[in-house]
Amino acid sequence: MERIRHSVLGQLVPGLSSLTKRGAAGWITIIGAVLVVSIVLMTSIAPLIWPFDEMTKTGVVPQTLPPSIQFPMGTNHLGQDMLSRIFWGGSIMLQVAVLSVLICLVIGVPVGLLSSYAGGVLDRASSLVMDSIYAFPGLVLAIAIAAMLGRGVVNMALSIAVVYVPSYFRVIRSQVLTIKELTYTEAAKAAGAKRRTILFSYILPNVVPSIVVVATVNFADAILTAAGLTFVGLGVEKSIPDWGYDLTDGRALLPIGAWWVITFPGIMIVLLALGFTLMGEGLSEILNPRLEQ
Amino acid sequence: MPLLEVGSLTVEYHAKRGNVRAVDNATFSLEKGETLGVVGESGSGKSTLGLSLIRQIPPPGVVVGGSIRLDGKDVMNFSEGELRSLKGRKIAFIFQDPMTSLNPVKTIRAHFVELLRTHEPDLSETETLGRAKEILKVLGILPERINDYPHQFSGGMRQRIMIGLAVALNPEVVIADEPTTALDVIVQAKILDLLKDLRDAFGMALILITHDLSIVLERCDRIVVMYAGQIVEQVKSVDLQERPYHPYTQGLLRSIPNIELADQKLEAIPGSPPDLLNLPKGCRFQLRCPYAMQYCQKETPLLDVEHSHLVRCFLYGG
Repeated sequence: MERIRHSVLGQLVPGLSSLTKRGAAGWITIIGAVLVVSIVLMTSIAPLIWPFDEMTKTGVVPQTLPPSIQFPMGTNHLGQDMLSRIFWGGSIMLQVAVLSVLICLVIGVPVGLLSSYAGGVLDRASSLVMDSIYAFPGLVLAIAIAAMLGRGVVNMALSIAVVYVPSYFRVIRSQVLTIKELTYTEAAKAAGAKRRTILFSYILPNVVPSIVVVATVNFADAILTAAGLTFVGLGVEKSIPDWGYDLTDGRALLPIGAWWVITFPGIMIVLLALGFTLMGEGLSEILNPRLEQ
Repeated sequence: MPLLEVGSLTVEYHAKRGNVRAVDNATFSLEKGETLGVVGESGSGKSTLGLSLIRQIPPPGVVVGGSIRLDGKDVMNFSEGELRSLKGRKIAFIFQDPMTSLNPVKTIRAHFVELLRTHEPDLSETETLGRAKEILKVLGILPERINDYPHQFSGGMRQRIMIGLAVALNPEVVIADEPTTALDVIVQAKILDLLKDLRDAFGMALILITHDLSIVLERCDRIVVMYAGQIVEQVKSVDLQERPYHPYTQGLLRSIPNIELADQKLEAIPGSPPDLLNLPKGCRFQLRCPYAMQYCQKETPLLDVEHSHLVRCFLYGG
């Protein structure tokens, strides 16, 4: 335990201070991480301290009220407090994003590694499948799959994962193809290393930085796609607060001038996606060995 | 019996434009504790020859014929498992570029541990570490630096570490493919001295592949000169300096600057090596050779002209 704490702390603290020395890329990463962490904290702490039921059912006759001191973000047509919905509504989106990234990692990384390392027919076959998925417009494909699978967090995550697995596959494949020709891999082979050793201690660790970058970028895309899915009604049950649903509701309320119902969830989605994008951009610049020196 | 015996080894690259014969009927042997230099310019097949000895030619290269015998056993018949235990343990390979020869995400310690554990699984952690530190000491690298990563070392140090990894299991043959090409001249001399010292200390045989004839003359017992995939001359290095027979070798020697000859004119060999897809008939050097004659259009054999001084040229008989 002592050892683990030592190593994690020992790496995190200089890691943070070295981030600020990395110039623009470092700051971009920090800003992105702050955005993401604060939204994650907000949605995870909110259910503990925010009396959702009381605050959403305002007790008054359902009506759309503009922002006021009592309701800082106004209420929607059901008389629900928008601030509460903002606090609560992020969790589904985050769950979907995390789950879809995990599915992508579990499928994309092994398939990408093995097929490009082995080469031959397997590589051709999986490249063909991945490229044909890649050829579809992402959101349209996700909507089609979600429509087949039905509602729910897992189904949303699955339909998003299908769309993004090819980007993992492509990045990993191109990296593996380069690394397996590099001298250190050849040298390991010439020293009698087993295939397993070459794959797991030479190729995989050198691909990890790229996987991290793809995953962060993938988070941002997954959030936008998840919002898109709920927006067209393929998200979770309507009783669960969700930023994507509020967008749909808000659009219907725009003609009567209730701008607040669509604006605040929209801003939150943008901020969350922006956070992940900034993190991804920053990390990709920091972790790219070609830009290191 | 020689330690390593290579007989009529032929390697081809099956490219789209046709089959390129990168190594053509190479026959040579290596004695215990001997240093053999393989000299040739780019594309002469010297690196392919080196890699084919551990059967690790990059595709589309294939060994199409010949034999490689180590301690009397034919490496060509080895299974994949036998080959793996041969590599690193019996034959070690040192690559040209030290900057990319070490895994950037692994410490030096991890490199040694992986190598030693692969071949000697029973070795304990402390024994492995002890061995690795001992080797670092011999290499002139502080043993405390064993936990450092490759990028924390200079090019010369990395090449020394590569050499340390190569000799760690006390192999019988070390093949060094241009081990000093990427390094400056001073480091180059140090690395070559280190290789020689280790060869003497461990009693291993060394195959030094290089394009630099001056390195080979100084440090090798015997020299194989390659041109366009063929061995054109094979001789003791003292004799090569005194009596280079093949016109190509003569040309190479004339192009080495000599500090003792003040007004020496450096001569380059005119022309460039032939396209391996489109070789001239007979001698492959004839188009650049000052002594070319009608006779050179015939297939030239490798002749023993005097006391195992082999030359592939009609000027000396045949």
